[in-house]
Amino acid sequence: MRPLTVSRLLTQCLILGAILFCVMVLALKFGAVHVSLYGLGRDLLRVLMGKSTEISSDYSLILNLRLPRIFLSVLVGASLSIAGTSFQALLRNPLADPYVLGVSSGAAVGAILALLLEPRLALSPEIASVFTPLGGFLGAAVAITAVYFLGRREGRVDSSTLLLGGVIIASLLSAFISLLLSVMPSSNVRGMSYWLMGELTAVPSRPLAWVLRVGFFVAAAAIYTTASDLNLLLSGEKEAMHLGVDVRRVRLVVYIAASALTGLAVAMSGSIGYIGLLVPHVMRMIFGSDHRILLPASAFGGAIALVIADTLARTIAAPSELPVGAITAIAGAPLFIYLLRRRLT
Amino acid sequence: MTAATRSSSPRVTMDGGRASNEPRLSVEQVSYAYAPNPQQAPIFTLEATSFQAKAGEVVAILGPNASGKSTLLQIISGALQPLSGRVLLNGFVTHDLEPRTRGQRIAVVQQESQLLFPSKAWEFVMQGRHPYGKSLRFETGDDVLIAKNALAQVGAEHLSDRWMDQISGGEKQRVILARALAQQPLLLLLDEPTLHLDIGAQVDLLETLRRLAAENRYTVVVVTHELNLVGEYADQVVLLQRGKCLRVGAPANVYQRDLLEQVFQTRLTVEMGSNGRPRVNILPGEQS
Repeated sequence: MRPLTVSRLLTQCLILGAILFCVMVLALKFGAVHVSLYGLGRDLLRVLMGKSTEISSDYSLILNLRLPRIFLSVLVGASLSIAGTSFQALLRNPLADPYVLGVSSGAAVGAILALLLEPRLALSPEIASVFTPLGGFLGAAVAITAVYFLGRREGRVDSSTLLLGGVIIASLLSAFISLLLSVMPSSNVRGMSYWLMGELTAVPSRPLAWVLRVGFFVAAAAIYTTASDLNLLLSGEKEAMHLGVDVRRVRLVVYIAASALTGLAVAMSGSIGYIGLLVPHVMRMIFGSDHRILLPASAFGGAIALVIADTLARTIAAPSELPVGAITAIAGAPLFIYLLRRRLT
Repeated sequence: MTAATRSSSPRVTMDGGRASNEPRLSVEQVSYAYAPNPQQAPIFTLEATSFQAKAGEVVAILGPNASGKSTLLQIISGALQPLSGRVLLNGFVTHDLEPRTRGQRIAVVQQESQLLFPSKAWEFVMQGRHPYGKSLRFETGDDVLIAKNALAQVGAEHLSDRWMDQISGGEKQRVILARALAQQPLLLLLDEPTLHLDIGAQVDLLETLRRLAAENRYTVVVVTHELNLVGEYADQVVLLQRGKCLRVGAPANVYQRDLLEQVFQTRLTVEMGSNGRPRVNILPGEQS
């Protein structure tokens, strides 16, 4: 018997954090323009020691463009993985991912509507810059609210009804997306298609980045407070209840927080597939099913996976960029088949 | 006395100095009605049912399919609110208890425990300590000792490091029972625990329950179809048929040929064993 202890949890998080840091540093190096990490480090050190007031323009470009994008990848990857882990436990379904309840479809409809409305509203530049993500987030919120009320049975949320409600809402919204794309000006269709596949090119403005960070930490912390309850929910709602879990509260907290994480991620980067489905499974194979370690491990794992995928998206066809969602799907599908076969055997 | 040395027995404070002859569990005129929606007439009703049980007693809820056995068990556990009546455990209404408090006082062993992702047996047993944890519920050394003792009490120490999906049905049932013991409950509820077990494992389980009830002063309520096991091991029988409580009493009083034939719709004979316990023989091919 070797139950999880705080020190073991922290050690494992520290190791994963170190791996993430190394991946981020390498991601900073690779891109359309290669930079010397040594040179960047030297410049930064000089600034810090007061020997210089600015770093060379090559490096400042990297810090202003590449670094915020890497941070966005970290937040989006972690959000999607935490949401995926949570939905798999909440819905008691290993195939659940962050998009299973129609959040991404709702966000897509919201974002497309925002894109269509924006030219007609004569918005100030500050509001215009956040209008599409805002539309995406509102669309996601409307979708999860609709699914929540569809999923209620006799005053409580039922997993299978929730799942069915999510699938139906997602399919209805997909039809709307097709309809909206068909009436959209062709100049916008390419950008929207990239967004639908998932991309990390729209680095958020400073206030939006703060909203994203605060939203991430609040929602992730809310889910983490239910980590040991989620362990018991895996055995079923009734068993969890008999073991002292306030099932109704846990369901509500996890549903809202995981949906908010997904909504924020999708609003910023479109529907990046497979991260939220596969990373939890891989982490479960390495760290086991205890959500007290699985949730932070998935967060780090998702961040690492998305930073790597985005670096590939930036570099494979440089100077052009591929949508990161295409990379995660191409890499994710074979991995998923492998995991499925492994589970079956 | 530390929590660990108390093994998996119920916590002393819960008895609150009540006299040992006072009932620990009191089921008072509980009824229930189930309808798919409030506008429809109920498709199942459980009529007012009452019984009492002391510490160390084994009560069996007996009856054919769809007689309301599991519903009654759910009401006793506090998971279902009765339409009328109440269930008291040491004077507290079980349905009104906070989930964690309820988890500390009542342990339920369900018909099946389905795991979405496999876990080791000790991890599973450790779940029984969940109602006692704080914040993120990192287990203490005491929790580990209690879980080990719980496994030992059901003779399953050797299964500790085995995966739950790689052990036999009988072994799994022992581990599930160990998790319930790790809750250190006052009341142990079991819903058809012998369902997938062979006869040897069934006898073994009932003997274990009997022993645990005597040693740890648990009040045990078990739902089962096994007439002879109930006759042999239960102190009290609650006989149900189609949602109606027909009889409550010692097996020797409840096991009457006419009554059992009417309830189970089959011809049978009832003999009294040398130990004063009734034995039922089914007469094959004969329907009453």
